Amino acid sequence: MSALKDLYREVILDHNKSPRNFRKMPDADNTVEGFNPLCGDHYTVYVKMGGDLIQDVSFEGSGCAISKASGSIMSMVLKGKTRTEAQETFEQFHKLVRGGMNAEDHVEELGKLAAFGGVSEFPARVKCASLAWHTVMAAIEHKTSTVTTE
Amino acid sequence: MMGVKTHDEALMAQFLDRVNAIAGCRHHFPLLKQRVNGKALVYFDNAATSQKPQVVIDAIMKYYEEENSNIHRGVHYLSERATRAYEAVRENVRALINAQSEREIIFVRGTTEAINLVAHSYGSMNIRPGDEVLVSAMEHHSNIVPWQLKCEQLGARLRVIPMSSEGELLLDEYERLLSEKTRLVAVAHISNALGTINPIEQMIASAHRRGIPVLVDGAQAVPHMRVDVRELDCDFYAFSSHKMFGPTGVGILFGKESLLEKMPPYQGGGDMIRSVRFEKTTFAELPHKFEAGTPNIGGGIGFGAAIEYMKQLDMEAVQAYEHDLVAYATARLQEISGVRIVGTAKEKAGVVSFVMEGVHPHDIGTILDDEGIAIRTGHHCAQPVMDFFHVPATARASFAFYNTREEIDVMIKALHKVRETLG
Repeated sequence: MSALKDLYREVILDHNKSPRNFRKMPDADNTVEGFNPLCGDHYTVYVKMGGDLIQDVSFEGSGCAISKASGSIMSMVLKGKTRTEAQETFEQFHKLVRGGMNAEDHVEELGKLAAFGGVSEFPARVKCASLAWHTVMAAIEHKTSTVTTE
Repeated sequence: MMGVKTHDEALMAQFLDRVNAIAGCRHHFPLLKQRVNGKALVYFDNAATSQKPQVVIDAIMKYYEEENSNIHRGVHYLSERATRAYEAVRENVRALINAQSEREIIFVRGTTEAINLVAHSYGSMNIRPGDEVLVSAMEHHSNIVPWQLKCEQLGARLRVIPMSSEGELLLDEYERLLSEKTRLVAVAHISNALGTINPIEQMIASAHRRGIPVLVDGAQAVPHMRVDVRELDCDFYAFSSHKMFGPTGVGILFGKESLLEKMPPYQGGGDMIRSVRFEKTTFAELPHKFEAGTPNIGGGIGFGAAIEYMKQLDMEAVQAYEHDLVAYATARLQEISGVRIVGTAKEKAGVVSFVMEGVHPHDIGTILDDEGIAIRTGHHCAQPVMDFFHVPATARASFAFYNTREEIDVMIKALHKVRETLG
């Protein structure tokens, strides 16, 4: 498989075309905007908490295929997780896209996230893949109202 | 009269020969020979920075091997040699843009620093609360933010000359915006995001009728056309070495001597003084008043070689050749479904910006890179332009005279692949 095909896998193309949980959430507990000032990617991420549990995650905005698919899969993966679990998943994802983990050796624990195994070959695209994640983590932790990748 | 060419036809044939000869310059640029991702490099990011001919690379090496020394200081052989070489570049720049005097040529780091110099020095002296500075809707951030900062600091107002959906400035609106409050007009000669060539001669004349000075951001113009600051009658003209086949870290601010004379220094330090006492410092004459500290001497020498190189270019033919590249790329891009050109001004140079329906420019950039093609994707440091056209970003192919139609064919083929990959 070429590096390019490995980056733009079917799963990613599908989530780019029809992103899941791509909607506003009027009753969100926290809303954070995420920017990539270098390329203009811009998403708003909404989180609804139930105690320590993430009840719902949604997002909207615009950006490249990688950033949009990442937001979509992130929203699916995090629903129902605790704060600690979310943090662990984020760290795992970050390790994967930065090339610190071979996706094929960790298929089961990565689940849907394994689709991003090709990103590490494209250092310029790591920020695209991470944007929604940085944003949602800020939302979960109630940190700030905006996040940038720079 | 079959077979006999008229005088006009003969002239035209001669000119076509000159234009066709341009692509032969490509072999002067060693970097262009390399392969990227296993493919022949197609370098279409010239508006970001141009490649350097061998003579420029050699000049920089020779400087460090044989001449390196600090300038304007030493009495020793090397310092005098370096000073002479560096100051000769100033004269070369003067001649290139036909300035009146070397005193009007200030060495800076680049266009951005040149604009900041004028904003700080000229701005602080001339802008008062309630005054206005005019910029255009298609400026690069470097011709917006320095003015915005200065206006905020001084309680002045930044006003914007609007443009049409083709990406042409609305000159009627411009005329209306010029008023007794206007202290300066700052406008790009050629837009880096759209390629529009602005009618700056006319705009300068309008401003001057009201006694308003004009700064022109010429970063995108000097590599593509002859610029004559006296013919334009601009008050300030800023440009960068690295976009015109020279090294990074060197740029030029041209300013009319009468204005520069009255302006206070921009930075303090060595080289810009006549005498320093703790009670009072007197400043050096122009142009040194604006050149504090040891400059980028090696870069300046390389810039000189780039100007020497440009002097040998047939700029009229270069312009015609590049015009053909822009027209050819524009026509071929229409073949691809969902492609829209952003910026369709009648007068354009060097740049074709476009978007593809349903595909983000970043993804276009990655797929083209895989084919060895370097384009710029993003907002091109012109976010207001992106907002105006309601796009988050564009893909931009920008040309130099060493590019070819065949390279455009390679890009078109790769764009078909983008469509196939991303639907």
